[in-house]
Amino acid sequence: MAKLIRNRAVESDDWVILQAASGIDVFPALRGRKVILPLSLFLLEEEEARLQLSEIGVWLDSHENIKHIAGRLNDLPLIALNFPVFSDGRPYSTAKKLRADLKFGGEIRAIGDVLRDQLCYLERCGFNSFAIRADQEPEECLSAFSDFSDTYTSTTLQDQPLFNRRT
Amino acid sequence: MYRYDGYDSKMLEERVRQFQGQTQRYMDGKLSDAEYLPLRLQNGLYVQRLAPMLRIAIPYGMLSSTQLRKLAFISTHFDKGYGHFTTRQNIQFNWPAIEDVPELLAHLAEVEMHAIQTSGNCIRNTTTDQFAGVAIDEIEDSRAYCEIIRQWSTFHPEFAFLPRKFKIAVCGTLEDQAATQVHDIGIYLIKNDEGDVGFRILAGGGLGRTPVIGQEIFDFVSKKDLLSALESILRVYNREGRRDNKYKARIKILVREAGLEEFKSKVFAEWNILRGGSLTLSQQEIDRCKAYFKDPAYRELENTPVSLREALASDVLFANWYSNNVTAHKRSGYAAITISFKKTGYPPGDVSEEQLLLLAELADKYSFGEVRITHNQNVVLADVEQGELYSLYKTLQTGALEAANLNTLNDITCCPGGDYCALANAKSIPIAEAIQRKFDDRELLAELGEISLNISGCMNACGHHHVGNIGILGVDKKGEEFYQVSLGGSSRRDAALGKILGPSFAQEEIPEVIGKLLDVYCENRTTDERFVETVNRIGIEPFKTRVYTSKE
Ligand code: SF4
Repeated sequence: MAKLIRNRAVESDDWVILQAASGIDVFPALRGRKVILPLSLFLLEEEEARLQLSEIGVWLDSHENIKHIAGRLNDLPLIALNFPVFSDGRPYSTAKKLRADLKFGGEIRAIGDVLRDQLCYLERCGFNSFAIRADQEPEECLSAFSDFSDTYTSTTLQDQPLFNRRT
Repeated sequence: MYRYDGYDSKMLEERVRQFQGQTQRYMDGKLSDAEYLPLRLQNGLYVQRLAPMLRIAIPYGMLSSTQLRKLAFISTHFDKGYGHFTTRQNIQFNWPAIEDVPELLAHLAEVEMHAIQTSGNCIRNTTTDQFAGVAIDEIEDSRAYCEIIRQWSTFHPEFAFLPRKFKIAVCGTLEDQAATQVHDIGIYLIKNDEGDVGFRILAGGGLGRTPVIGQEIFDFVSKKDLLSALESILRVYNREGRRDNKYKARIKILVREAGLEEFKSKVFAEWNILRGGSLTLSQQEIDRCKAYFKDPAYRELENTPVSLREALASDVLFANWYSNNVTAHKRSGYAAITISFKKTGYPPGDVSEEQLLLLAELADKYSFGEVRITHNQNVVLADVEQGELYSLYKTLQTGALEAANLNTLNDITCCPGGDYCALANAKSIPIAEAIQRKFDDRELLAELGEISLNISGCMNACGHHHVGNIGILGVDKKGEEFYQVSLGGSSRRDAALGKILGPSFAQEEIPEVIGKLLDVYCENRTTDERFVETVNRIGIEPFKTRVYTSKE
């Protein structure tokens, strides 16, 4: 099992991620597993997936809009947001909306081009798990969470901006 | 001015350490060029072919004498003895070695300075009118709000990877010397019918390849809702701004392609959620920030004291400088003065180590230890006693800073261009110099009156050529440097984009072309009509005819 960072600790990943082009034909081979479906497959085949798989999550690419799943958040233990490239900033806003505005309490996972130097800000936008790019060592990335001890603006870790906390 | 407390200092120290680590990993080959790129850019560091460059933030243009002395130190230890004031109230140094930059940043941190978010696709340094707090036509001092925005935008985790760079200007004066309407977000302090002061917020302005004047998104936002309004605009932009083409990635393109109404409705949908949340500003925070920009200890003084009158009567050069470079002040007996960095023969905006030290000395002696950088690359001493103006002027002469050309044709705004910048199509500094040489005549400049002339070395428009009354843009024509001229731009309240005159000119033709444009103006103007007003009244045809007919 691949390693990932979850809640600032390195763990092994118990979820399987299905590629964007996957269809229901792959479900039988994954019977009983926890599977993250691409958004389009989730929207089309949720019922079938729930029949065959043990648990399902969904992943969105950076351009995909959470409005499609906004009504289903209670049924999802995990939402993954993909970074086609680390400099694509859209998932930061998506995660912030999920966590802060829609109060999603499940796992928000960063997948794709996920690197050490983005972890601190990602976590402040609501991500709590990170599938670090395969060529990187997750253990070496853990220190990134303590790059900064505080923040000026409001974040998902600290709702009160500094101006309400200065003493 | 704003001073750091323990929180600000700690975050800055942590940032310096973070970038030290990142640079070390880059040096060790653990970070690729592409991965290091946005990290170094967000710490102000450009690595380019001709001259690497570090851009240091000067928040809304304010500098203390201590900071000036530190910049002087940096100019000699890390550059070749000078720096360059930019058109966004920042300062740039060339030739820093990458491995030295973390050390340089540690030096800056000692005086509460940094290079954070001075480049890259993030929220940049917030700019404002250089006369904030002393202007006679001010609704409210903008600087406290600039500082509030600075803190909100610094290390904002959601907006570090925007589609493109993002610039915010705030203006509290009627005159508007902040080019507010050509910023991604432009904010005006306004008073509503009930007498409350709040903000009118524009978005989608900008220069570059597709110049646009910003459009109104919020007609009135109360002070407490400032940050939620900004966050709403940024969130829509971050989600929906184009990322497929860097030339279409600025917010102005999003506003245009979505349509103003559609864009506004998306912003308001976000605002409905964010408004009233934890970003709501407390009066306590506004007061805290305002306290940093309180009036200094002014003395009770009379306007135009005898000593000033005598000096004006006896020294014609001083009188000339006084009439151009001195701006009225809200307090009697005081003046705001602008030190021109546009002396003929000196690259516009360049400042030497000696001049930085001199500025520090002048700030301490004459203006409560502070200066302000203007977006036209000059420096303001905002609080000078009128009785001291003559002795100040005499000192300026010793540092080649006495140029009396503020707001005249020779007060040229000019980007570094082909002499320094890897992106340039053409040189810009020699063009500025050739024009200055041709018109370097006190009486002639006085006769021509107020004219802004802006030069950019390429479409990126760092020299703001679109909003110059006369704009000059370097273009590449089959490998040769040519210059396109435009007329009628303005960055003030009456913001307008210049109209292109016609086919471009060779470098050596430019001074003569400018001469012809000025001839047409002089022949057509009514009494007291400024250059740009004449252009607006008679249109560009007469100018065109003169320039191109005589060419054939
Ligand atoms: S306008 Fe072009 S040439 Fe001038 S500084 Fe900007 S990028 Fe460089």
